[in-house]
Amino acid sequence: MTRAVSVSKNLRARTGTTGLVYLALVVVLVLSALLVAFQGGDLFTAANTVDLFTRSSLLGFLAIGQTLVILCRSLDLSVGYVAALSTMVAAITMAGDPSRIVLGVGATLGLAALIGLVNGLVITRLRVNPFIATLGMGLVIKGYLDTRFQGPAGSVPSEFQMFGLSRVGVLPISTLVMLALAVAAILFLRRTRMGLHMYAVGGDAEVARLSGIRPELPLIAAHVLCSMMAGIAGLLLASRFGTGNTLVYNNGYELEAIAAVVLGGTYLLGGRGGVAGTVAGVFILATLDTVFNTLSMDPFVKDVLRGAIVIAAVAVYARGRHARAAVRLRFPSGGAPPSAAGPPEPPSPPPSPPAPEHAARRGER
Amino acid sequence: MITEPLLRMTGIGKSFLGVRVLHDVDLDLYAGELHALVGENGAGKSTLMKVLAGVHRPDDGRIELDGTEVSFEHPLRAQRAGVSTVFQEFNLLPERTVAQNVFLGRETRTRGMVDERAMENATAALLDDLGLEGVSPRSKVRHLSVAEQQVVEIVKALSHDARVISMDEPTAALADHEVEVLYRIIARLRERGVGILYVSHRLKEIFDLADTITVLKDGHRVDTVAAADTRPAELVRKMVGRPISSVFPDPLEPHGDRVGEVRLSVSGGGNTRLDGIELRVHGGEIVGLAGLQGSGRTEIAHALFGVDRFTRGEVHVDGRRVDPRSPRQAVRAGLALVTEDRKAQGLLLEQSVLANARLVLDAVLPFGSGRRARRIPGLLSSLELVARGGHGQEVRYLSGGNQQKVVLAKWLATDPSVMVLDEPTRGIDVGAKQAVYTLMRELAAAGVAIVLISSELPELLGMSDRLIVLDDGRIAGELPGDAGEEDVMALATGASSPRHEEAAP
Repeated sequence: MTRAVSVSKNLRARTGTTGLVYLALVVVLVLSALLVAFQGGDLFTAANTVDLFTRSSLLGFLAIGQTLVILCRSLDLSVGYVAALSTMVAAITMAGDPSRIVLGVGATLGLAALIGLVNGLVITRLRVNPFIATLGMGLVIKGYLDTRFQGPAGSVPSEFQMFGLSRVGVLPISTLVMLALAVAAILFLRRTRMGLHMYAVGGDAEVARLSGIRPELPLIAAHVLCSMMAGIAGLLLASRFGTGNTLVYNNGYELEAIAAVVLGGTYLLGGRGGVAGTVAGVFILATLDTVFNTLSMDPFVKDVLRGAIVIAAVAVYARGRHARAAVRLRFPSGGAPPSAAGPPEPPSPPPSPPAPEHAARRGER
Repeated sequence: MITEPLLRMTGIGKSFLGVRVLHDVDLDLYAGELHALVGENGAGKSTLMKVLAGVHRPDDGRIELDGTEVSFEHPLRAQRAGVSTVFQEFNLLPERTVAQNVFLGRETRTRGMVDERAMENATAALLDDLGLEGVSPRSKVRHLSVAEQQVVEIVKALSHDARVISMDEPTAALADHEVEVLYRIIARLRERGVGILYVSHRLKEIFDLADTITVLKDGHRVDTVAAADTRPAELVRKMVGRPISSVFPDPLEPHGDRVGEVRLSVSGGGNTRLDGIELRVHGGEIVGLAGLQGSGRTEIAHALFGVDRFTRGEVHVDGRRVDPRSPRQAVRAGLALVTEDRKAQGLLLEQSVLANARLVLDAVLPFGSGRRARRIPGLLSSLELVARGGHGQEVRYLSGGNQQKVVLAKWLATDPSVMVLDEPTRGIDVGAKQAVYTLMRELAAAGVAIVLISSELPELLGMSDRLIVLDDGRIAGELPGDAGEEDVMALATGASSPRHEEAAP
């Protein structure tokens, strides 16, 4: 009996927020399709679908990395700058030479990993709040880019531009790569010790420590992986532009990535959530953008709507979490009549326990 | 004992910031033995356990396990050596499953990947072994009751093949029937030859369970005795260094104006967790709320105080209908609630004694708060608060008993008509308990209506004029203050009325 109850509770808890996010994605898609159809268009034309997937890949890379970091109860505000720096490193290293593609990718990811390592070390060793540590790192990179470069630089060989521009059917290569990395990240979080320990560190670092986990390691690993994902995002941008572009950091990618993560149901205070939800969050945001684009909406209105949707979504999750955390309701019907001013209700039985009614009440539960 | 001890601690000393909290403490623990560690709060019990657990490193002394010296720089080293600790604050991740918690830090792997299935099976086997099939290894810990979470902690210890398990106040948060489950688990552990180091404030448990008792006082080992050779009164004397004639003070001569008037009345009170609550408390009266953990005692306190308010029924204070919808309204109406969880709900740990004591005054009753606040130092000293840093000291550095005194002062400053005390003596030492009891008597004599909630039956019976027994959100019956423990338990467990009971752990 009890086991059955706890299993069903468990099932709900497992599908829980992630299920909710995918439901929201479907709802958003349907509503968007209806809205566009109402305006005399079609959301699911090949062009629009390609647009949707293309948007999702860039944000996806950033958000997957950000998910790992947020799960560890950290934050990375430097990803936009790391992506900008990565476009420059990739384009300048490749210098239009196809034989230098591997070198360019390696240099970009290596540098990104190094930045993540520094972020992680500053947070764990120097005990700087992640918000400040990564914001500072972002500013350092921005300053470097602004003083060193006056505009686009370097050149990406056309072979590497395939990564950003070519596609299989309606699916861009970059989206496929993003989805593959998402699957890898899900496996990493569920099937490796390091992944499980990220949840532990984010849930309660002291518990993790007392269980023999070195809490620094998952956190540093998450920052390294997050930065590398930002590096991949930079590679994608470089391959789309064909050149390195410092101004990428103006796009506010870091906040959009955090929005996607939170929209995906990952708890901003760590320890709960996952990449599956994040991917849905990314697709929701990408869908909105595509719709706004199709309807040629004012970009400012776009931002207002996006912001409102993120807030509303998180409010819904918070409500759901509250309800699930609540203790079992003994007298569920009891909440109905608003009490304070109303007359006292008759049905309450006398204080001594009337046995038969007692039993009946237990039975109906 | 003829065999060598499983664990031998000799000459353990430890200082924090120059304050010596352990002096040359010796302790032997044999396989299959339950060794109780008793003493007032601040006597050094928790520190000794933490030294054993590898949380703190001792300054002096040595620890031997099976005759070989060991040193635990890290909790993990202790666990690997077979020494596990179940702390008072659980070390569990609420968002993760039971199995994930049990195997945290050493997850089972097959071919390099974490094998959840194997972890769940191993956890289920351990749970079955303890006779606890009711807990699913796949439940999130968040969904478990306190007692079940404790079981998870013990299972976690066992999964390390622990030979020594130390438990810090394992029953502090358990109701009596849950304590019995713990007793059974302890018996099983001892059959397996596990040595158990057990800290508790509840003497009854100690005499039920322990083979050997070590008394600590101010960081010194006072005595180690066989449980069979000592008596509770003697033990208490060793703990506090003075005999306590009667544990519960007798009622005082009432002198308040409002003695005998109905100061609190609830009629037909109910919400999603309570139903049909009828309660009348007179000035000068202490009414005890008895019942098992989760039977609705704390829920009544919360409903009265507007935390989870009554959605049905009426609440009157001093004849005025108040029906508090928020704690703020409740305070205004003259209610005070000393919460169950002192650290999380009663105090701002990082703020000073004085700031905490003024909190309610400043927040809810700003007019005239200056005049009332002037009484606070007097209140604090009449409660015999011991704070080395004076009233400016941060509350988190105080012992549990002194923290509780700050909470009490905070509420006394508001001159409450009705005071609800939820587990007011949980986790505090014998001396502080006495202070709380005396204070309750004084308040009652001054005409305050007092509602006392406690999991310790002797305390409820010793202090209350009347007892209301709750069962599953309803009032199961009322008993006079001189009722026996069996009468209360009969009502609380529903043994006195036939019913269809399902297995609800």
